[in-house]
Amino acid sequence: MFDFVLYITLLCISLAMVGLVYRVIKGPSTPDRVVALDGLGINLVAIIAILSIILRTSAFLDIILLIGILAFIGTVTFAKFLEKGVILERDRDNL
Amino acid sequence: MIEITYEFIVGLFIVVGGLLTLAATVGAIRFPDVYTRNHAISKSTTLGVTMILVGTLLYFFLFEEHFNSRLVLAIMFILMTAPISGHLIGRAAYNSGVKLAERTVTDELERDRKKGKQANSL
Repeated sequence: MFDFVLYITLLCISLAMVGLVYRVIKGPSTPDRVVALDGLGINLVAIIAILSIILRTSAFLDIILLIGILAFIGTVTFAKFLEKGVILERDRDNL
Repeated sequence: MIEITYEFIVGLFIVVGGLLTLAATVGAIRFPDVYTRNHAISKSTTLGVTMILVGTLLYFFLFEEHFNSRLVLAIMFILMTAPISGHLIGRAAYNSGVKLAERTVTDELERDRKKGKQANSL
């Protein structure tokens, strides 16, 4: 019964990821795609959590923190690129 | 008996998290512009994933007697950074000129910026 619940939730999250991939492909503007990719990263965290329950191992729980940090850094980088055109700014006198 | 109660609690957390994630995607498909989609994704996905991670933490604590502190760190990190990334991408969308939806009633940021420009030019 508990495993059935886990599989149902895995199916829900997979459907959610398919919907977000639709938004990544179709999204009319670039911020749409960035938002959807951020959501995809967060959903991947949930999939890893449920898989580590199904496999009864705690070895994958580091990956959750890793993917959370990477998704945040990627989104911040894209937001800065969209807003300013550069990611790492040069020195003050070159601006 | 106590085992079944634990399974019920953990399963409830996980199922509610999965349904919230699915609701976020329905919002991402059906909402009309970037800002409303950003609203849907960054709020309900965060809550759903947080509930799934709390369920995982409870599972490993209750069934395997193993308190995973990195999972607590991950929950706190996701709760702190998801609103920030939502805010940043919404601001980047506005500043890079993405239009609001057709049915938007008022755009106060544009009005205030126009006012600021007039005040500067005077």
